[in-house]
Amino acid sequence: MKVNGAEVILREVVRLDMFLVEQGYNPAYVAVEMNGEVVLKSAYDQTILSDSDVIEVVRFVGGG
Amino acid sequence: MGVEYEGVGPAHGELEAVLAARYGAGVYDKLKAARVAVAGLGGLGSHIAVALARVGVGFLFLVDFDVVEPSNLNRQSYFVGDVGRLKTEALREQIEAINPLVEVAVRAVRVEEHNIVELFGGCDVLCEALDDQEAKAGLVSTALAGLPGLKVVAASGMAGYGSANSIRTQRRLKNLYVCGDGEGCGGSGMKDTKSVGEYMGFMAPRVQICAGHQANMTLRLLAGLEEA
Repeated sequence: MKVNGAEVILREVVRLDMFLVEQGYNPAYVAVEMNGEVVLKSAYDQTILSDSDVIEVVRFVGGG
Repeated sequence: MGVEYEGVGPAHGELEAVLAARYGAGVYDKLKAARVAVAGLGGLGSHIAVALARVGVGFLFLVDFDVVEPSNLNRQSYFVGDVGRLKTEALREQIEAINPLVEVAVRAVRVEEHNIVELFGGCDVLCEALDDQEAKAGLVSTALAGLPGLKVVAASGMAGYGSANSIRTQRRLKNLYVCGDGEGCGGSGMKDTKSVGEYMGFMAPRVQICAGHQANMTLRLLAGLEEA
């Protein structure tokens, strides 16, 4: 699969929230686009990733 | 000219003609027809709103639940006399004084998952200017997923007085632009473990630079340009 433009080998089927943690992200602090569609926060734990998926992860830091 | 208008100001028609004459072909008409929302009226949002009002965006929708505090005055666009007032009301008054041609609507509510689609539906561009890391990510996700035509111009990283040149605008998703250095962490909603000192405090110029990036990207989108 592709994550932020880079190839990532997906060894097993994994849930989006778990994948984000594995990649070092806090799921609460990111926005995720999967195959061109932004994923609702509430759907992270019901979204299953497969090797053909293309995802973009945007991380936010605080301050405003 | 100064004497002629002293204390009165130009008539609306004249003000509009002055603005229209300063921009290129048709741009003023596009700005005048535009609807822009600003979510969060702190260091980013207050300056974004002022910039967009000056440039002549026709409709501004300002959302913040908070009141002006003394600790806001070092980096937000408010005055000493605004302390204790709702930010929405203080900013509405300021915009009226800057450009009375702008229509301003306000909501003094906290932006939460359940009210995002209702609040920002009907807007062309949403400027994300919240403070809290989780709230930022939540607003961006919910708005982009729930409002397909909306463009979101968000911010990430603008604390301190590090180099101004590290703040930039990037198109990160189809309808998402992110301005900032992507690193710093400031504001009262700070959740990272690093202390304020490591990020060199909360300063006006860098937050204004980031707000300027957001306002300029908004302007570009309204003028029909999608490139960051």
